[in-house]
Amino acid sequence: METFKHLVNILAHPTIMLTVGMLVFLFFFPPNDWFEKWNRRLRLNFLWTKKGFYFVMFLMVVFFLFGLTDPNFSLIIKKPDNVPIIGLIFFVFIFLWISMNQALKNDNLIEAGEKPEEYNDPEDKVLVWPDLVYIEFIALILCMSLLLIWSIGLEAPLEGPANPAESPNPSKAPWYFLGLQEMLVYFDPWLAGVVFPSLIILGLMAIPYLDTNPEGAGYYSYKQRRLAIPIYLFGWMILWVALIVIGTFLRGPNWNFFGPFEFWDLHKLVPLTNINLSEIIYIKWFNRGLPENILVREIFGFLIVFGYFLLLPPLLAKTAFKKLHQNLGNFKFGFFIFLLLCMLSLPIKMYLRWLFNLKYLIAIPEFFFNI
Amino acid sequence: MIMNEEGKKEQTVSGNELGQGSTPTGPTLKEKVRKKEASASIGKGTFEEEISRRSFFSWLTIAWIAFSAATVAFFAMMMRFMFPNVLFEPPQSFKVGYPKDYTVGQVDVRWKSKHGIWIIRSPEYIYALSTICTHLGCKPNWLENEQKFKCPCHGSGFRKTGINFEGPAPRPLERFKIVLADDGQILVDKTKIFQYEKGQWNDPESYLVV
Ligand code: FES
Repeated sequence: METFKHLVNILAHPTIMLTVGMLVFLFFFPPNDWFEKWNRRLRLNFLWTKKGFYFVMFLMVVFFLFGLTDPNFSLIIKKPDNVPIIGLIFFVFIFLWISMNQALKNDNLIEAGEKPEEYNDPEDKVLVWPDLVYIEFIALILCMSLLLIWSIGLEAPLEGPANPAESPNPSKAPWYFLGLQEMLVYFDPWLAGVVFPSLIILGLMAIPYLDTNPEGAGYYSYKQRRLAIPIYLFGWMILWVALIVIGTFLRGPNWNFFGPFEFWDLHKLVPLTNINLSEIIYIKWFNRGLPENILVREIFGFLIVFGYFLLLPPLLAKTAFKKLHQNLGNFKFGFFIFLLLCMLSLPIKMYLRWLFNLKYLIAIPEFFFNI
Repeated sequence: MIMNEEGKKEQTVSGNELGQGSTPTGPTLKEKVRKKEASASIGKGTFEEEISRRSFFSWLTIAWIAFSAATVAFFAMMMRFMFPNVLFEPPQSFKVGYPKDYTVGQVDVRWKSKHGIWIIRSPEYIYALSTICTHLGCKPNWLENEQKFKCPCHGSGFRKTGINFEGPAPRPLERFKIVLADDGQILVDKTKIFQYEKGQWNDPESYLVV
């Protein structure tokens, strides 16, 4: 048991967990032929069958039940604050399973030259009154009673009186913001707190204008939307849900990483010294002091950032996204690729921090400008 | 509704037409109003005819004034809300005892909750650090074992000098003006801040030579 817990603690380190998670993600949601080949070979679509559903649900339940027996992990699980997140983990999987299950059924039908299931469904239309309103009404009552039971059964997670001089340790945002809080660890506040959240909303609003693929409208399908689904799910599952889970289960006192079965030691020593790119280049490589001039000092960071946003789009338009570029045209494609690169900059920055202790690519504290 | 008995019928009818018809027991609201009107303005016709164009406007004016007054009062109350009765505003400049009260090499956390400063005595001088994280304004803790300030919100770390070295905080903690008062006590003035990245820590007021 102890070795198992130890193993989980090691695997839970975000560097390992996120890497494994992203790789596994690509195989489960293959964006191109190569991954799809492996997806087939490994029979990963088993997950989206009924058996796969019970299998995963069983694993998750067993894991949490086992977690309850551990003195450290049970503290996290039982905390009233964290109940929604355990619910979130289950619900995300359930809804994902429902849509993927249907999508794969349809994919098979389409492959066999038939129409997707939704076409043959005589009841694919629901009358607003009374059918839909009744369903909504019942859902409303169920939610109300659930909330009532919840609020009676679990004590509100109140803390001591507010004190402007002390911050609780660790200070966690409400659970739905934990992803943003995790993002704040890697970026300057104006980026992680203002620019990126706005871009997320903007990007979600832009989806119908950018995703003009007429296939898959009105029915579930994975194969016909092999680009749209992985991109969206990457942002949702990895960059939002997974970060919330990390923030809940793995962030402890002093905002250090802790394995789920690890004791929250206030004095856990994590040797970390973050340095800026300019310091790495000038001091470590060139063996000299930082130049006085801000622009000269940060020139490498600027080059990297400009290269990332100006060189990558045309490159991708010629290679990986060739077809998309033709369909969308320059303007829409540019917008799309900008959003995509912004999204990818988060994991990139996380890895840079974890692997190289890199703090900021461009660091101009004089003007509050850090990237 | 099926009505068999006389009494029940009457009841139902009066119940149904409440406010329009009359109950057998007394005058309705409208009748009362009419009576009142009649006694108040004898010989001026009925209530309905009475609202002329002119009086309508005067009523409207009154209503409008009342509405505006209520709105103004509402916003006034809202503005009042912005100025609470009790304010957490400790004095911005205060005395923190004599230099000999501080041990060399120690971070003094006594003033954190009251004044929001750490007083640190290095072998050569004393300086006052702000307890506000330069990332998003949480309050870091001094960890004696690790010899660093560590923020519980996103994990920024600062050295004893206030220099940021881990986590996302973009710049070092700020220092405050620190001088000796006439009575030999240390006087800290939080209205004057010194920022490292602007080269202000060389300012003689930002530290106290002992
Ligand atoms: S507020 Fe201190 S690290 Fe974010």
